[in-house]
This record gives sequence, C-alpha cells and structure tokens, in this order.
Amino acid sequence: MAHINLPEGLPGIRGPMAFRPETAKHLNELAEVLLRSENSLSRGERELIATYVSYLNDCFFCQNAHGGIAQHYLQCDMSFIDQVKEDFQSSSISDKLKALLRIAGSVQKGGKQVTLDQIEKARSLGATDREIHDTVLIAASFCMFNRYVDGLATWAPLDRSIYVERGKRRAEEGYIDFDVYK
Amino acid sequence: MAHIPLPEGLPGILGPLAFRPEMTKPLYEFMEVLMRSENSLSRGERELIATYVSSLNDCFFCQEAHGATAQYYLTCDLETIDSIKADFQSVAIPDKLKALLSIAASVQKGGKNVSKEEVERARNLGATDFEIHDTVLIAAAFCMFNRYVDGLDTWAPPEREFYTKRAAQRAEEGYTNFNPRN
Repeated sequence: MAHINLPEGLPGIRGPMAFRPETAKHLNELAEVLLRSENSLSRGERELIATYVSYLNDCFFCQNAHGGIAQHYLQCDMSFIDQVKEDFQSSSISDKLKALLRIAGSVQKGGKQVTLDQIEKARSLGATDREIHDTVLIAASFCMFNRYVDGLATWAPLDRSIYVERGKRRAEEGYIDFDVYK
Repeated sequence: MAHIPLPEGLPGILGPLAFRPEMTKPLYEFMEVLMRSENSLSRGERELIATYVSSLNDCFFCQEAHGATAQYYLTCDLETIDSIKADFQSVAIPDKLKALLSIAASVQKGGKNVSKEEVERARNLGATDFEIHDTVLIAAAFCMFNRYVDGLDTWAPPEREFYTKRAAQRAEEGYTNFNPRN
C-alpha cells in the first residue's frame, strides 16, 4: 500500500503522475529534454547514468524501468546492465563513460562530493563541458525521481521481463505525451 | 571557479541554466506549478519545506534564495527561518507543518526513510493526500536542485542581504518567464 491513495494498478512513478498530472507534465518534459533530445551522449549512455544512480539510491522501479530502456538502446541484455551497476570499472563500457559514472556516483552522495580530479579525468578522456553538465543534472534529477517513487511507497512489479518489454515501448514513444494509464 | 566554464556573474542555479537554456523551461515550469500554483499549502509553507531540505543538503545558495522567499511570504525575518532550519520542533509553527517537515527530512535521507507513522501523524494533524504528495515532491525536487547547484560548484554571493533584496521580485515575478541573465 502506497502512503497516499493512488490510482490502482499503476507501477512506480505512474501512480503519483496520475494523481497529480499538473506536475507530471513538466517532469516528463524534463525527462524528454534530458534523456532523449539531441546530445553527444547517446540515449543509451544517458539512460545508463539514470539507471546507475537509481541503483545507488536503491530504487527498484527506476533502476529496472530505465535499465530496461538502456538495454534496448545499447542492444545488450539486463545482465550487462546489472554488471555495470555492480562494478562499472570492470565492464566493457568506454573510459569516458566510466569517468562520467564516477561523477554521477558523487552527485548521488551529495553535490559537494564531486571533485576537481573527477572532472579533470572526465575531460582528459574527451568529455565536453556540456556532457559533464548533463551528467550532473541527470544524476541530480534521478535523486529526485527515486525519492518521489520511494517516498510515496509506490508499488512496482517484481518480474523484470516486464521492464524489458516496456523499455522498447518507452524508447519508441518517448516521455512526452505518454499516457500514464497505459 | 565552477567545474565547467559558466556565464560570469550569475549566482547559483542561474549559471548552469544560462549555460543550458533548453533545461530552463521544464525546470521553471515545474517550479511554478509546485511552488506557486493553487494549493492548500501556502507559498510560504512550500518555500519553507524547500529551504529546510536545502539546509539539510548544505546547499548555501538554495537555502538562502528560498529562505529569503519564504520569509517574504511568511512576513517573518531570517532569524525565524534560521531557527526553523536549526530545530523546527521548538518553533511556533503549526503542528501539521512540523509533521510535513519531518516527512521532508526523511525524503532528504532517501525515499524509503519515510515511515507509515510519519504519514499517519501528518494525516491525523489534518494533512491531505495532496499535501503529503506535494511535500514529498518538493523535498525530492530540492534533492535535485541542491545537487545541480553544488555538483557544478557554482558561485553564490555570501551576503545574505543579496537574497532578501531579491525575494520580493522573485515572489512577484514567479519562476516562469524568468530570465536567468537578469
């Protein structure tokens, strides 16, 4: 049971979004610009940052929903996503993405945890200022989304194959105009 | 020096927003709905929740900017805001608002820290589901904004008068259509 009376049967953030569509509209616009609009970071890379931060925040719904979208874009499977979450250093992702995930991991702890060394390292591996900016904002925004989802004790399906199926659909439909009831 | 080169002379969140104007619209429209649109929680109460969470996250710019806006709406002084940040239980604010601040503090630690008892207590003191929802979302949103501002190591004017002087203007103009360069 969620902490407040939410529309039934809607998993994760979709319950609160149906409860309060006025804020949902802008949250989805933010997700669209941040995770899908034109960017030198691919959609898959951005979803992976979102997934990693959601994992650090222990948010089951977000890490599986965005993990499902990330594996669709990156054309990998959920076990690869799990490997990145648990130990991205030993995974086969690019060194630049590893440096960005390290920054995201610091943002998750708190903004002041991001160090100059981390920024310099990312830059030396080819990260642009805009990519560093977007990494910080994606990580920060998932510190919001994760708290929104878990702070209201929303329900989430445990079967991970559901998230793989929906990942494809979310990738096709995007975040704007997405019907929380479907 | 911020972690990335930002337009000069813009304090706090205004630097990153001027750097990445595509993000300004969804973030400010979200703020406008959450912090200013029609709500049974007053604008002052909502700004106080934002200020308190920003103080728990140790974000100087956000706690001063929103603290000043809160004292403007609540027609109190900064000392009252400071005593609420230091120990809201011992300040003469309504018990319902205290119960909501306690939920906000749990959200700041992490979504799963919000307990059924806290929610029940708020409800017994007259908080509606809508007010509990908005408290959780405001607290979560400031876990984003605080990390965005500090994660990029932005500059903030140290003088508190800077913020109190701007509070009336911010309260009158609102967050939408707000030009970060002014």
